[in-house]
Amino acid sequence: MSTVVSAKSDRFEVGDRTFTSRLIIGTGKYRTYDEMKAAHRASGAEMVTVAVRRVPLDRSAESFLDHLDPAMQLLPNTAGCYTAEEAIRTARLAREALQTDLIKLEVIGDQTTLFPDNEQTLEAARVLVQEGFTVLPYFTDDLIMAKKLLDVGCPAVMPLAAPIGSGLGIQNPANLRIMREQLPEATIIVDAGVGTASDAAIAMELGADAVLMNTAIAEAQDAAKMAQAMKLAIEAGRFAYLAGRMSKRLYASASSPLTGVVR
Amino acid sequence: MNLRINGEDREVVDNLSLKELVTQLDLTPERIAIQLNQNVVRRADWPSTVLKENDQVEVVHFVGGGEPVSSRQ
Repeated sequence: MSTVVSAKSDRFEVGDRTFTSRLIIGTGKYRTYDEMKAAHRASGAEMVTVAVRRVPLDRSAESFLDHLDPAMQLLPNTAGCYTAEEAIRTARLAREALQTDLIKLEVIGDQTTLFPDNEQTLEAARVLVQEGFTVLPYFTDDLIMAKKLLDVGCPAVMPLAAPIGSGLGIQNPANLRIMREQLPEATIIVDAGVGTASDAAIAMELGADAVLMNTAIAEAQDAAKMAQAMKLAIEAGRFAYLAGRMSKRLYASASSPLTGVVR
Repeated sequence: MNLRINGEDREVVDNLSLKELVTQLDLTPERIAIQLNQNVVRRADWPSTVLKENDQVEVVHFVGGGEPVSSRQ
């Protein structure tokens, strides 16, 4: 029963939106706009994150959004918020400016680790869902918190795999696997921690529905090349997950027949 | 009268509307959002929203990002 998976038929859904690409990318830390644009093109991503900030009053600021492919789905985030209240206000501003209900909810609990404050995140998620937002919350890789976030109406959850921007790779394969197994219907997006292509493949092999990354691409020596590597890794990991890997065994198991060996 | 805009004190004429403030600050109205005393004011309500002494105005736009910044804004 062989089924060749076509990337086009294997859609990724968030709320009522459907995507072909399972890679979501950031727009920060790029050395130049041209480099960012080249990386975005090479990644095949259809959704990009953007941050809400004060407009500088001393000069006429050019619109950053003009540097993004208009076909891209914008995913505004609440990066930099440390309380539910700040995040809720930021989300409301993002919705007003972009006319989108999508929000990547981040409420940070600590400046050194940038680990999320799960309690504040849940509180903000509850309010924002009630206000009609499609809330994608960034949170610590905790199954119980994932359940609570889904219960309040988040259409997907975004557990971290390592500290943001660390590039340490998937530090929590067991927790991500448990989350996948215990929440088979949930949309799980691994957010933060990926450093290189194999990390993205591992996240997908563990059953993530998508991966969000920024630094791994933006800080690569050749951002566009790394973006392409990530695209391929995401696809490879996804197909490997769907294919179902072989069981591990401790000892060798010959692939060639043992009968008729020439002695 | 005095307003606090994005954390800066600014002197403006009395009875200024939000829409007039946006024009005065030379801001591109598309893709910005405004919060007045902690509440978002919808674009359609900018012309009818008249500012008062010591109002706190936050004008935001979008910048590159994907990850939290390491310090509070």
